[in-house]
Amino acid sequence: MPREPSQRVEDKLFYNRYLVDSGRAHIKVRPHTTPSSRLLSMLKACPARCYELNDKGHVEVTVDGCMECGTCRVICAESGDIEWSYPRGGFGVLFKFG
Amino acid sequence: MIEERFDAIVVGAGMGGNAAALTMAERGLKVLQLERGEYSGSKNVQGAILYADMLEKLIPNFREDAPLERHLVEQRFWIVDECSHTGLHYRSDDFNEEKPNRYTIIRAQFDKWFSEKVREAGATVLCETTVTELLQDSHGRVVGVRTDRNGGEIHADVVVLAEGVNGLLGTRAGLRGRPAPDKVALAVKEMHFLSRETIDARFNLKGDEGLVIEAAGTISRGMTGMGFIYSNKECISLGIGCLVADFQRTGETPYGLLEGFKRHPSVAPLIEGSEVKEYSAHLIPEGGYKAIPQLCGEGWVVVGDAAQLNNAIHREGSNLAMTSGRIAAEAICLIKSRKDPMTAKNLSLYKKLLNDSFVIKDLKKYKDMPALLHTHSQNFFLTYPQLFSKAMQDYVRVDGTPKLEREKLMLNSFIKARSWSGLFSDALRIARAWR
Repeated sequence: MPREPSQRVEDKLFYNRYLVDSGRAHIKVRPHTTPSSRLLSMLKACPARCYELNDKGHVEVTVDGCMECGTCRVICAESGDIEWSYPRGGFGVLFKFG
Repeated sequence: MIEERFDAIVVGAGMGGNAAALTMAERGLKVLQLERGEYSGSKNVQGAILYADMLEKLIPNFREDAPLERHLVEQRFWIVDECSHTGLHYRSDDFNEEKPNRYTIIRAQFDKWFSEKVREAGATVLCETTVTELLQDSHGRVVGVRTDRNGGEIHADVVVLAEGVNGLLGTRAGLRGRPAPDKVALAVKEMHFLSRETIDARFNLKGDEGLVIEAAGTISRGMTGMGFIYSNKECISLGIGCLVADFQRTGETPYGLLEGFKRHPSVAPLIEGSEVKEYSAHLIPEGGYKAIPQLCGEGWVVVGDAAQLNNAIHREGSNLAMTSGRIAAEAICLIKSRKDPMTAKNLSLYKKLLNDSFVIKDLKKYKDMPALLHTHSQNFFLTYPQLFSKAMQDYVRVDGTPKLEREKLMLNSFIKARSWSGLFSDALRIARAWR
C-alpha cells in the first residue's frame, strides 16, 4: 500500500533544524479584539502554520517553526498588524540544504 | 563598538553579498561581511540552478572545487491539468561540454564554499550577527551599521545591502518600501533523497547529467505560480511557488499546494520511496523592472533580491544577484581608487553600469509581463492548461470521430471558454509583453 503523503505541516517542520531563541519572538502580533482579514489570511498563508486562532478569537503567532520567509511581513507589517524582524544572529531556522 | 573602520560593510552572505565582498576584497579594500546565519548559507534558500558564466567572472576556476551537483542536459516544460502533462522537452548532448553552462546546486553547501573564497580574498566574515539598522548621520548619510552584538556599531565608507528579498534594513531606514503581496511569490520546497542510480534511471541520466522540470497549470489552482523539479546527485529538489497576493486572496495553503503537486500522476512516480530531509520556504521577487527600488544613495548601494532583481520569466535570480554584487563592488573600487567620497552621485556609477548589463536590459524587456500574468492568472494558469490538455487528449485518442469534426469541437472549446475576442487579446497581450 502506498503511504498517503502527510499534509501536516508539523511533520514537515520536523525535518528541519532550529535554534529557538526562548522568550524573544522575532514576530509579534499587535493586540486586537477582532483580527483583521490580513491577519486571518495568515492562518492559511504561513507555510509553517505559525499563526493560529486562540479560543478568544485572537490570532496568535508561535515562531518556533518559522522559516523566516517574510510572507506575513509582506501581508501584515504595512498595516501594523504585526511587527516583524529577523531572529538574533545564530538563532532561528538552520537550513542544511536550503 | 568595533573601533576598526572599514572601507565597506556588506550585509548578507548570499550570492549578491558574496560576489560584492569577494570583488572588493580581491582589489584590496578592507571589507567586513555580516551574516545572521550560523554560517554563510544556513539562511539561504533557492531551487537551485547555478549559471556558470556569472560565477566564472568572479571565480574562473570554480569547477575545480565548488560543490556542484549535476550539469543540466535537459529542460522539460510541462503544462498540466489534474491528470496529465503536455510537455516540451529539450535535451542536447551539446550540454555535455567541458565547461557546462548550468548546474544544479544545494545552496547551503555552495554558499559555504563561496564564503571560503571571500575569506581567502581577505574579507572579514562575521556570522551569527544580525544587522538591526543602518547608522545615518544628521544629513541622512549612511555611515555604518548597528548589529545585535553588544555595542555593535560599526562604521564604513559604504554599506552594500545584500540582505535578500525582505530587505528589512532598507525599509527601516526609509530607503524603500516593503515588497507588496502582488510583487513577491512564496515558494515552498522539499528535498527528496533517493539513490543516485534511482535518479539516473527515473530521469534518463548518466554520470553527472542533470535535468529540470518546470510545470504550470492546474497545480497552482488558478493562482500565478509554477512547480519545479531539479535533479541533484542524490536528491531531488521539488517545490512550488505562487504570488503571495494569490495565497492571501484564495486561502490556499502552500503545503496543500505542495502535496497536490507531489500527488500529480506525472510527478508521484518520480519521487516514490524518497526520504524527505528538509522543508523550506522563501520569497521570490516577481515585480520585475517596475518594482526595482532606488539602487543607491548617500553611502549605500543595494544588490540582488533586496533590489528585487529577478527575472521571473526565465527563472533567473542568483545570477542577477551575483552580477549586481560584482558590478556594485567594481563601481565602489573605482570611486575608491579616485579617492572620491561615496556620495549618491558617485555611487550612481553602479546604476549606470548595471543599466548597461544584461541585468537591467532583460528586466526591461519583460517589464509588462508581471502585470499580464498576475492579473489574468485564472486564464493563464487554469483555463488554458485545461483546454490544452483536453485538446491534446482529443488529438491522440482514436475513437472513430472524423478528424474534421474533432478539430471543430476543439476550436469550439477554446472559443466557448475565452471567446474570439478573449483569445485574440490574450495572444496580443502576450506578444506585446514578450517583445
